[in-house]
Amino acid sequence: MHAIAEGLFTEETPPRLVGGRHRQTGRIVFPCPAGSDYEPYPLRRQGTLWSFTIQRYRPKSPPYAGSDSFEPWPVAYVELPDETIVESRLANVAFDAITIGMPLELIQIPFERSGAEPVLVHAFQPISQPSGQPTGVSA
Amino acid sequence: MSDVCIVGIGIHPFGRTDGVSGLDQGVFAVRQALADAGVDWPSLQFAYGGSDAAGNPDTMVESLGLSGMQFINVRNGCATGGSALFSAQMAIKSGEFDIGMAVGFDKHPRGAFNAMPAEYNLPDWYGEAGYMITTQFFAAKAMRYMHEYGITSTSLGRVAHKAFRNAVHAPHAWRREEVPLDVIMDAPLVSDPFTKYMFCSPGEGGVALILASEKKARELGKPLIRLKAATMRTRPPGSFEVFAPSIDVVRGGSATRIASADAFAQAGIGPQDIAVAQLQDTEAGAEIMHMAENGFCKDGEQEAWLAEGRTEIGGTLPVNTDGGCLACGEPIGASGLRQVYENVVQLRGDGGGRQVPNDPKTAYTHVYGAPGVSAVTILER
Repeated sequence: MHAIAEGLFTEETPPRLVGGRHRQTGRIVFPCPAGSDYEPYPLRRQGTLWSFTIQRYRPKSPPYAGSDSFEPWPVAYVELPDETIVESRLANVAFDAITIGMPLELIQIPFERSGAEPVLVHAFQPISQPSGQPTGVSA
Repeated sequence: MSDVCIVGIGIHPFGRTDGVSGLDQGVFAVRQALADAGVDWPSLQFAYGGSDAAGNPDTMVESLGLSGMQFINVRNGCATGGSALFSAQMAIKSGEFDIGMAVGFDKHPRGAFNAMPAEYNLPDWYGEAGYMITTQFFAAKAMRYMHEYGITSTSLGRVAHKAFRNAVHAPHAWRREEVPLDVIMDAPLVSDPFTKYMFCSPGEGGVALILASEKKARELGKPLIRLKAATMRTRPPGSFEVFAPSIDVVRGGSATRIASADAFAQAGIGPQDIAVAQLQDTEAGAEIMHMAENGFCKDGEQEAWLAEGRTEIGGTLPVNTDGGCLACGEPIGASGLRQVYENVVQLRGDGGGRQVPNDPKTAYTHVYGAPGVSAVTILER
């Protein structure tokens, strides 16, 4: 299964997200912007939950490319210390167990698409979870 | 430079008006504003018209009369109305014109906005994976704010409860029935922490404001409602905005804080001098956060303000006296101008059941939107 976009993850195992580091100011953002102002900058895999919500309705298509069946999923901002705060899905955590400040780590999860093969997207899961089980969102 | 005065106001009721285009809702508002000002269409020297999704505003000359007037279209996201008003103000302040108009209208399909990533310089995957959604941002921003400053869900409920209660008395509002607080709180969640009553909906509507130089306003014999400040600003470093795949660890200010501070500086007054405020309430959390971002209270004080009813019609600072976006919906091009319309109504004392008591003399409006824009006005009578 390939990633939803090229250049989103590093090639290593386990992969990291590829952010961008501004060549003059050092500001780190995600994803790495096109053009020459930013250089690719692999982001750390672990961070803490900065904020979140639950996406409880199916987003409009386009642009949403997910399958027609819909299950709510958590959307989070995850603080990667000294780098940036990235927007990401959460996985392998019950909605009522999500708390601001909880330690998280990056994983890849399959994203079921409407009329197309599934692709890998980034997500964070609680660090206490055993890793290597990218089973998607559990509620 | 002379003051700029608002001498005529018109509004097409917000909500859903099947069979009437957004443009025609704008035309409706213009005719009402002309009648209110006591002037005819050909006497207007210029117009700035805003619409996000309902066509080119200047085509309304077809309906209103081919007077040959200058008519400039404005499209600036959620600050569209504010940008039209700012431009109209400058056209008069500069001395170029004596009387003109700012008009805004829109007609959005049902459901949340479906913005496309490329319009915001974002990669396609961001939209495909389900991030291109305004409600996610509003919810995540409020969730963080509540965590940092001890704001409870009950306060969110109180904001929505107030909106629908105020709208009962606003003929132009969309949702005009009171909804009990427990019904608001117990309703299905849309994006946590917000239930379905705590989000505004994209909608329809039109608003027109006729502006004139002070000299012209005196000739028309209208009460002098002065536009003391109109500002529009973009975001500073470290802000947290709609459609943000990442935000900076070092937190900064916001477009709202800049627009607000500049407006107060222009008007030469402070937040404590404002008698009534219309603050962007795309959801209940936005009104709460914007109370602080606009300088009316400190972060966290909103919990006590709402519990004590300070933002009610009879409170120390009535907020969103016509029910705001929560009760009126958000037709983007018209929404910011609706706030100014409502403030003119309040300053004239024409608010009926929603009139702010004790003869208000100052009024404040604020809009916020993607990708980090804000517009503020201050009116004085």
